[in-house]
Amino acid sequence: MSTYVLNLIAVRLLIAALTLLIVSFAVFFATAMLPGDTATILLGQAATPEAVAGLRTAMHLDDPAYLRFLRWLGGFLSGDLGTSYVNNVAVADLIGGRFINTMRLAGITTLFSVPLALTLGITAAMFRGSLYDRAVTILTIGVISIPEFMVATSAVLVFSVYLKWLPALSFANDVTSVWQMLQVYAMPVISLTFVVAAQMIRMTRAAVIDTINTPYVETALLKGASRPRMVLRHALPNAVGPIVNAVALSLSYLVGGVIIVETIFNYPGIAKLMVDGVATRDLPLIQSCAMIFCIGYLSLITLADIIAILANPRLR
Amino acid sequence: MTQSATLSQKFGYRFSWVGMIGLSIMLFWGIIALIAPHIIPHPVGEIVDEDYFGAISSRFWLGSDYLGRDMLSRILMGARYTVGISLAAVSIACFCGVVLGMTAAVVGGWLDAALSRFLDAMNSIPGKLSGLVVVAAVGSSITVLIVTLAVIYTPGAYRFARALAVNINTMDYITVARTRGEGIFYIIRSEILPNITGPVLADLGLRFVFIVLLLSGLSFLGLGVQPPYADWGALVHENVGGLPFGAPAVIVPSLAIASLTISVNLLIDNLPQKIRDRNA
Amino acid sequence: MENLVEVRDLKVEATTDSGRRVEIIKGVSLDIAPGEIVALIGESGSGKTTIALTLMGYTRSGCSISGGTVRIAGKDMVTLSERERAGIRGTEVAYVPQSAAAAFNPAQRIIEQVVEVTRIHRLMPAEEARQKAVELFRALSLPNPETIGGRYPHQVSGGQLQRLSAAMALIGDPRLVIFDEPTTALDVTTQIEVLRAFKSVMKKGGISGVYVSHDLAVVAQIADRIVVLRNGEVQEVGATADILTRAQHPYTRELLAAFEPKPRGEETVVEERKVLLEIKGLSAGYGPIQADGQPLVRAVQDVSLTVEKGRNLGIIGESGCGKSTLARAIAGILPASSGTILFDKSELEGSVRQRSRDHLREMQIVFQYADTALNPAKSIEEILGRPLMFYHGMKGKQRDSRIDQLLDMVHLPKTLRHRRPQELSGGQKQRVNFARALAAEPKLIICDEVTSALDTVVAAAIIELLKELQRELSLSYIFISHDLSVVEAICDEIVVMYGGRKVEEITPAVLKAPQHPYSKLLFSSVPRLDPSWLDTLELDPELVTTYGHR
Repeated sequence: MSTYVLNLIAVRLLIAALTLLIVSFAVFFATAMLPGDTATILLGQAATPEAVAGLRTAMHLDDPAYLRFLRWLGGFLSGDLGTSYVNNVAVADLIGGRFINTMRLAGITTLFSVPLALTLGITAAMFRGSLYDRAVTILTIGVISIPEFMVATSAVLVFSVYLKWLPALSFANDVTSVWQMLQVYAMPVISLTFVVAAQMIRMTRAAVIDTINTPYVETALLKGASRPRMVLRHALPNAVGPIVNAVALSLSYLVGGVIIVETIFNYPGIAKLMVDGVATRDLPLIQSCAMIFCIGYLSLITLADIIAILANPRLR
Repeated sequence: MTQSATLSQKFGYRFSWVGMIGLSIMLFWGIIALIAPHIIPHPVGEIVDEDYFGAISSRFWLGSDYLGRDMLSRILMGARYTVGISLAAVSIACFCGVVLGMTAAVVGGWLDAALSRFLDAMNSIPGKLSGLVVVAAVGSSITVLIVTLAVIYTPGAYRFARALAVNINTMDYITVARTRGEGIFYIIRSEILPNITGPVLADLGLRFVFIVLLLSGLSFLGLGVQPPYADWGALVHENVGGLPFGAPAVIVPSLAIASLTISVNLLIDNLPQKIRDRNA
Repeated sequence: MENLVEVRDLKVEATTDSGRRVEIIKGVSLDIAPGEIVALIGESGSGKTTIALTLMGYTRSGCSISGGTVRIAGKDMVTLSERERAGIRGTEVAYVPQSAAAAFNPAQRIIEQVVEVTRIHRLMPAEEARQKAVELFRALSLPNPETIGGRYPHQVSGGQLQRLSAAMALIGDPRLVIFDEPTTALDVTTQIEVLRAFKSVMKKGGISGVYVSHDLAVVAQIADRIVVLRNGEVQEVGATADILTRAQHPYTRELLAAFEPKPRGEETVVEERKVLLEIKGLSAGYGPIQADGQPLVRAVQDVSLTVEKGRNLGIIGESGCGKSTLARAIAGILPASSGTILFDKSELEGSVRQRSRDHLREMQIVFQYADTALNPAKSIEEILGRPLMFYHGMKGKQRDSRIDQLLDMVHLPKTLRHRRPQELSGGQKQRVNFARALAAEPKLIICDEVTSALDTVVAAAIIELLKELQRELSLSYIFISHDLSVVEAICDEIVVMYGGRKVEEITPAVLKAPQHPYSKLLFSSVPRLDPSWLDTLELDPELVTTYGHR
């Protein structure tokens, strides 16, 4: 690997770090600076002014904003996620096991959606304009046009209400058999896979079609290459960068999807935790959950960029 | 959304029939949003059915909700909130995004670098997450929703407009204008803007769809439009208890959202290539 | 002897943007005998590439063959199935594209792509194919034939890629090779080597060829017969020598006439020779400024020149020599990093932003691509009206009548004023481009490759227009081009550039022959209409290795 490529990757990582700083800044200020006094929230409207003032001092709420930001960021980076306003439990403890649940849900979804989407996206591009391609296109437009909760509620309607195959609610804690596991994960995973794969299929198809329209693929055609050969040997290797990007960007829809799906299926993950936190205005919990999601998203995008750099033949 | 329609008339492009269907459904909901208060059969807040989650009948065309209120009336009024809030938010987002994007492309240098870095960072916060965070901090009123949605989608509009403007900015006619001694304002308004309006309008349509979906999602979580008002997402939220019975009260608002977003997407997908991506 | 290729009454239709079907090839017939090289010559839009591609049974997207037959060795490419066509492509008919740089897959090593035909059609074992490729590389006089295949396309030069793409076409031992403007993108000094290599392998193998080009002089060197095309129809067919010397069709004669050297003619007599523009020690480039105050990439280094009132200066050189950068530095688009620009006795600031409006007005620049120089969203009237308003404050009637005058000066009908640029032809657009420059009432117009994107006949007319305008308006031009004949036709002085530096200044009226070795190489590399030019041309090989762009 040349130093030039290493430099590019280093720059990419630097940008990611800078982005994370800006993002954490935005998250902190959106929650801590906007109207709605934290101390009043905690103590309720009926609290005496003295009690509110006392709490403000105890929570360093009267310190300058940048100091509070630095203290918060420092705490976050060292693993101290603060204490929940609602039940005085460390946020880290609240998140702990639920984080693994969410990762498991996301992981299983990825495992299903990526191969499915790549196959459909690439073959649709390969047979562009065919009946098959048009069916795939219309289906994906349909899925990306509807809200995630509609995908999930439709799944409930079909599998629980009409077919009665699966229970409508998930409880990941008392899974004891493979069958139960299937029952618990089936509908959340199906819903999420629909949402994520539709995006991925569309972007993959577009990326492959872009490379199919290049002169070098025409050259392959004029050498007598078959359609699959043109796509698999000439178009695909050059579409790796855009496709990896498409996969990463689509997986980011997992974040939005997970929030809805965990709520609907009552799945004990961090997204559900966060939505509940919003209802009770538990700010430390919300900040931490938001940061976890942002870090996850940023790592995906950065990883995709780095793969794209490594896959670029001109940089070899 | 009506901008696309006048655009088509102005340039005389032919739309495919799929695009025409999309356009018609869009216009239908637009008109409903305008005239809803005059055509609803029952007041939205009044309990008119003795049964809750009533089925579709000749009296209640779309059934009744979890309290026995008329669904048709609530859907028609819901169009106001879903279409109105989204349209307001998308207009603000695209206006800010396009103005900033063109300025960044033409001025270049550190302004472009700083603005792009900052807005790209904002863009890397997933939309629903920003929505949750803001609602948690300040609660959700219709104004807060509009501003939040606009802020969430400004970076995307900026990035799109900037990319278009950067392409145009490399054209020789811009160089000619610069060597003539023209100022930045003239270059933006007269040389760049007329060449990106088509794609920008198409982008506005796409962003409108994103905003409708995000607004519906927030309302579905109970964090968007609050009672006594209700957009389509909120209608699904309050009637989600009817899901086990397959009640129309939970299905119909979903279908309304889908019909709006799918029709916008169909229209944009069937726009003539010239309007969609004239970036050369 | 039976013909290898027989095309009869070929018709091709294309779908326009608005969905209409138009016939772009209108009943073309032609024959090619075994071992014969036939040139298809014509302007852009004449259908020459479309016809060539139908020989492989292929049309680009939006086009389709609507009638006629294309027989290759007795098989009709029109009626064959796609699978049967694929079987013929690469083995019987092969294709050498215009831009080899775009035609090579950037993700694969060159050798893989060259031998791919043998793999697709299972012609020979891999090792044998590799040996054969190396032989072809050698026959095409490529450097390091053993190892060059191991590189990626972006690691070799344009001239080499073009020859490598010929090797890619020849590996399947085709009976017919289609060359689609294979040297158009190359510099003249590179073109010679490539042409020689093509000619020798084709003759040695007795392979038939179709050579598509717009350049009669290039075609004269390689083709046995020439087919002249225009608007999808054959105008004239004949042996190369006949076409060059005894052309029958008026269109062919027009093409030939555009080729004739039109020297500057009588030197413009200027009573008083006054300096209009004087440039001293100008350097310019791109990238961050280094410790010595110069930019990282120095495109122009220490160039000095003068332009006199009413006289023209030509700047000539190959791609990458810095001539366009020089033009941009003079115009203030890319501020010079050092040196001075004296214009009409006052020193100019480096950047457009700091120059006075009058200075900007008096020096106008016209670009190569009229397409990108005119805003597609504006009417011709708006395009011409803006400088009138901006520089002269003209409004209403006064402006309208001045626009009419300007259109008249560049010989365009007044009715064009309400049209948009995309409704105009290439030549018309370039005229509007000049009208806009004239609207400023300049003293000096910098012309950056203004004729390079135009067809020969149209380009010749633009040159005539420029001469005429100069007589009427006593303008000066700086004329930048890679094309010697164009520069010779209009310039009093010629500056030759190489590697960012001025290597020589020639005054054709005084001394026509260049003295500097690079100028000699450049001037002698320009193809002539004489068919024996390439075979008899002798270039000093040392010169070629020193200055040739590989």
